[in-house]
Amino acid sequence: MDYENAKKILEVKHLKQYFNVGKADEVRAVDDISFDIYEGETFGLVGESGSGKTTAGRAILHLYEPTAGEILFDGKNVDNFTSMEDKAEFHRKMQMIFQDPYASLNPRMKVKDIVAEGIDINHLAKDDADRTNQVETLLETVGLNKDHSSRYPHEFSGGQRQRIGIARALAVHPKFVIADEPISALDVSIQAQVVNLMKKLQREQNLTYLFIAHDLSMVKYISDRIGVLHYGRMLEIADADEIYAHPLHDYTKSLLSAVPVPDPEFERTRQEIKYDASRENDGKERHLVEIAPHHYVRAAPDEIDMYKQRAHAASLLKE
Amino acid sequence: MDNEKDILEVRNLEVNFKTYAGDVKAIRNVSFDLRKGETLAIVGESGSGKSVTTRTIMGLNARNADIVNGSIMYKNEDLLKKSDKDMEGIRGQDIAEIFQDPMTSLDPTMRIGRQIAEPLMIHKGMKKEKALAQALEMMKLVGITDAENRINDYPHQFSGGMRQRIVIAIALVNYPEILIADEPTTALDVTIQAQILHLMKELQDKISTSIIFITHDLGVVAGMADRVAVMYAGQIVEYGTVDEIFYNPKHPYTWGLLSSMPTLDTKSDVLPSIPGTPPDLLDPPAGDAFAARNEYALKIDSQRQPPFFKVSDTHYAATWLLHPDAPKVTPPAQIVARQKKFAQMQQELFKQQQQSHRVEEEEEQQ
Repeated sequence: MDYENAKKILEVKHLKQYFNVGKADEVRAVDDISFDIYEGETFGLVGESGSGKTTAGRAILHLYEPTAGEILFDGKNVDNFTSMEDKAEFHRKMQMIFQDPYASLNPRMKVKDIVAEGIDINHLAKDDADRTNQVETLLETVGLNKDHSSRYPHEFSGGQRQRIGIARALAVHPKFVIADEPISALDVSIQAQVVNLMKKLQREQNLTYLFIAHDLSMVKYISDRIGVLHYGRMLEIADADEIYAHPLHDYTKSLLSAVPVPDPEFERTRQEIKYDASRENDGKERHLVEIAPHHYVRAAPDEIDMYKQRAHAASLLKE
Repeated sequence: MDNEKDILEVRNLEVNFKTYAGDVKAIRNVSFDLRKGETLAIVGESGSGKSVTTRTIMGLNARNADIVNGSIMYKNEDLLKKSDKDMEGIRGQDIAEIFQDPMTSLDPTMRIGRQIAEPLMIHKGMKKEKALAQALEMMKLVGITDAENRINDYPHQFSGGMRQRIVIAIALVNYPEILIADEPTTALDVTIQAQILHLMKELQDKISTSIIFITHDLGVVAGMADRVAVMYAGQIVEYGTVDEIFYNPKHPYTWGLLSSMPTLDTKSDVLPSIPGTPPDLLDPPAGDAFAARNEYALKIDSQRQPPFFKVSDTHYAATWLLHPDAPKVTPPAQIVARQKKFAQMQQELFKQQQQSHRVEEEEEQQ
């Protein structure tokens, strides 16, 4: 990844998203996470269920009112948008692809109306002919037939529905797309089709993706950089290849060691690494620290040397 | 029984579902064996018929299911000819199942100790106290910590991974001969999945049960299975030992499945994918069901269904590409790499055998 010439499109600073604040059942779903996403890249967010990855995605999209922290999109603080125009512009530029292609399409709407909803709201079509034309082009872009536009969602398979969801997100010419587990509900042979489509669209339209998933091999394949979330905290951020080859945090190591690999020989000799999460609650103050160039690990001050040594052993450090 | 090592023999099974649109031919002539103590994985996409196959074995099909043909032999008896009452006796006693979703397969209003003890009380007529004591043992065996205090808890007080352990405890409490695991870890996180898979293997060694493992995750199959059957559109298209399927696959569908999963070292820009979607089983195609999505399809594929061709004593694949007159094709690059590994493994095996022969000969000479 070329960090020198990269432009930050999204900056998340100390984002906190708590629920039931002040009550006995307060949930700290996202607890002080910070990261940047560069224009044109795919940032993968991985973590187990309950780690806060979906909440983080929704908070960035401003579907929740964050408890604390700042989100800068294109250098502008999202919280400071006061006029309706600014808000509408932000929501046009940032779109979402959802996990469940069955629940995320209104069964009573025709495909053309689902895809065109954003076009209508943002007044992006000159007239009806233009609207139809845009919808048909979008359907063809995502690999569907333009004749499909007058059908209903139930007439499509899961993979096709996910393509409709992608067409809907692209209809308003977004710059940034949050994809929340976009392929988890699909069959293996269809997953590859959708991933290839997303990569193709990224190249053609210079899109930036925040790709949220728990399938680690697919995340590694599609992402340029990866952040690992655990209990609402960001534990490690690095280049996709580097974090898989040389994970520095113990939790990342344990997560990677649990991924099943379609290779029986490898599976017979698999060594699982256990992680004891209680260590994180020993009361020490921890922050993300840049251990090696562009490789961040959440560490307490007295742990930095240990991580540096690990980075050194993996020859991530020059000196 | 054709083979004394077999515990279950499924022959020529055909199952249709009656719907308003016509008969959906969900299982189209499926035959396989399950050997004692082995793990047989059935892999395939949703709608390929893997769950219907096991539900037919359990006698748990929906009302509109119609078993058109076939037999399922267990202990020299055909399960398909058994009455519902007899099947009730077999389920949970001889054949047990772990379901996919631990959130919905437990009774939310019943204490878990009671749920684990229930099969003992029903099938063995055991008294409640004794059954609960055995349930406690089972809870310890599946690794539920602090079992004594938790035996009276309700399912909602447990996490997903712990609930799946409870489901496993219920399934295994009667030491069944056959355990059917239908996507038992799909709803779980990778780290929890690893624990549950490890637990299943450990318990299999302890109570020597045979497992039919249904999944679409080839990574899980590689770690769990002794043998693998690949299903597509209601048929088995290839079966063999786990090494044969992963390192020497012969069916183009298996090639597609294996290469469309990125491994942690996949670098290519475009992921190989299988184009199109599976056929509609209301009206299955006349020839090879995979032909329309198969870049290696031959002319005959659209006309006649391929029979099983023998690759080795344990490995069979239903593709015309194995016919002696078929043109030679080169599989996708990833598959070629796997086949190379297979060749190396076989060479090493051959060398080892030769060496042990030599040692034996030397010993004889002495």
